[in-house]
Amino acid sequence: MRKKSKLGDILFFNATRIFAVMTLLLLGGIIISLVVASWPSIQKFGLAFLWTSEWNPPAENFGALVPIYGTIMTSLIALIIAVPVSFGIALFLTELSPIWLRRPLGTAIELLAAIPSIVYGMWGLLVFVPIFSKYVQPFLSATVGKLPGLGALVAGPPIGIGLLCAGIILAIMIIPFIAAVMRDVFEVTPPMLKESAYGLGATTWEVVWNVVWPYTKVGVVGGIMLGLGRALGETMAVTFVIGNTNFLDSVSLYAPGNSITSALANEFAEASPGLHAAALMELGLILFFITFVVLAFSKVLLARLARGEGSKT
Amino acid sequence: MDLHAKRKLTNKVALVLSLIAMAFGLFWLVWILWTTLQLGVSGLSVSLFTQMTPAPGSPGGLANAIVGSLIMVSLATVIGTPFGILAAVYLTEYGQHSWLGSTTQFINDILLSAPSIVIGLFVYAVYVAQVGNFSGFAGVLALALIVIPVVLRTSSDMLRLVPNSLREAAYALGAPKWKVITMIALRASRAGIITGVLLAVARIAGETAPLLFTALSNQFWSTDITEPMANLPVTIFKFAMSPFTDWQQLAWAGVFIITMGVLALNIAARILFKNRI
Repeated sequence: MRKKSKLGDILFFNATRIFAVMTLLLLGGIIISLVVASWPSIQKFGLAFLWTSEWNPPAENFGALVPIYGTIMTSLIALIIAVPVSFGIALFLTELSPIWLRRPLGTAIELLAAIPSIVYGMWGLLVFVPIFSKYVQPFLSATVGKLPGLGALVAGPPIGIGLLCAGIILAIMIIPFIAAVMRDVFEVTPPMLKESAYGLGATTWEVVWNVVWPYTKVGVVGGIMLGLGRALGETMAVTFVIGNTNFLDSVSLYAPGNSITSALANEFAEASPGLHAAALMELGLILFFITFVVLAFSKVLLARLARGEGSKT
Repeated sequence: MDLHAKRKLTNKVALVLSLIAMAFGLFWLVWILWTTLQLGVSGLSVSLFTQMTPAPGSPGGLANAIVGSLIMVSLATVIGTPFGILAAVYLTEYGQHSWLGSTTQFINDILLSAPSIVIGLFVYAVYVAQVGNFSGFAGVLALALIVIPVVLRTSSDMLRLVPNSLREAAYALGAPKWKVITMIALRASRAGIITGVLLAVARIAGETAPLLFTALSNQFWSTDITEPMANLPVTIFKFAMSPFTDWQQLAWAGVFIITMGVLALNIAARILFKNRI
């Protein structure tokens, strides 16, 4: 009897350990398999792959500049819009909203973060793009377009789909993510600190700006990074509306472009095995590398906030 | 303006801006849900669930895509769930202070938010390229790899909530560790773990990117998982991008089904979690 349970212990321990090790190996497996699959392209184009803009499957000439630019640009636009809005939402949910409204509104935000991205993409293409090109783009051209320096960003015909549109759809998608994390982070602030500030006569804004924000800074940045990770790796919301072209010859955000994910989504299944597939694999590798760094950074920051919470209260 | 008035004004402006931000966020989301509801409901019909995906211009439904999605999502859940739970048991019950435990936890958190399209590339490289054809099983593998981090994360969170006194009580009765884990710790955190599984199902139900070059899609009825398999997300992608209005109509109906399914799973998970813990 005794022996049997010992055996059970050993078996169970090793079974669980194998699965934990396999999770770890999964990451290694992803990196190794992507490197192996993209090796022909790495070998042929070297580092120049990163800043060459020609993408020509028939001639087997590949450079990743356009997709990399598209990925970074759309994510940047998304962050510029989403961060202040999310900050406002988190502020509303933690300090401003009546107590009875906090839970339903918070739940609504969390539920919206769960909606599949294909819904955002399809809505973007079929509903948002027509309105965007008819009203918003001409308006932006007529106002922002007149400003020196910024004018070039909104030059060109208002066709709707393009980098700006993809950035806006991404922003709408990541607002719930960032807002939910920011709200959780704001709630970490010990009530004692806030009450002390209120007791000294501080206004709500002063409490948020001088007490909550300094206390939770690390976590807020971590939450933004988490949202950035989402935006960089998002496929469907971008593919629908970015225009999917590998030519980019202006700085205008109205121009259609390509992101790493949309290039993969559109071309990979049809790519002939060989250099084209390898170049696309290398795109995937670059994307994985960028998001890995961003997400690791975000985890470290959020963990630091959680640790600080233990030591300070 | 004196300092007091200035402080009050700053406060007012900030709070109004925060209110506007909340309204701005909700505005888009209400708009998106409203469109989905409006166009989706008008596309609902019996033939949606009984007929195959049509050629443009002819009537049809989404039956093969719905069934394909159901098959792939259930198989992926069945494969991914035990994997995630067992790994979580190691992290919380055996390896909480070991190098392996903390590293796996960190890596898992990154896999949780890793781009799903990269998971698709990975499965393509290690499975599809070796076997030589797209298949439903490759899609199942890709989805299972997305289930694992979600289940692992929620299960380990839940196992950590089980009070140690429960485990100690079982040890005091002479129970071996594996019995303590399976019959006490896992049983006590059952509701939380089921919540995690529901959330994982909700997550993969709408995943499109990892299926694009694993399961591909199939215009016809097929339940053979060694062949390309129809599924809702890829069908929606194909139909919505097309210029044909009847295809777009079907895509809206498909999006409606997925959205409602995902929201229902999320709400079910919340209710279950609230009632049991």
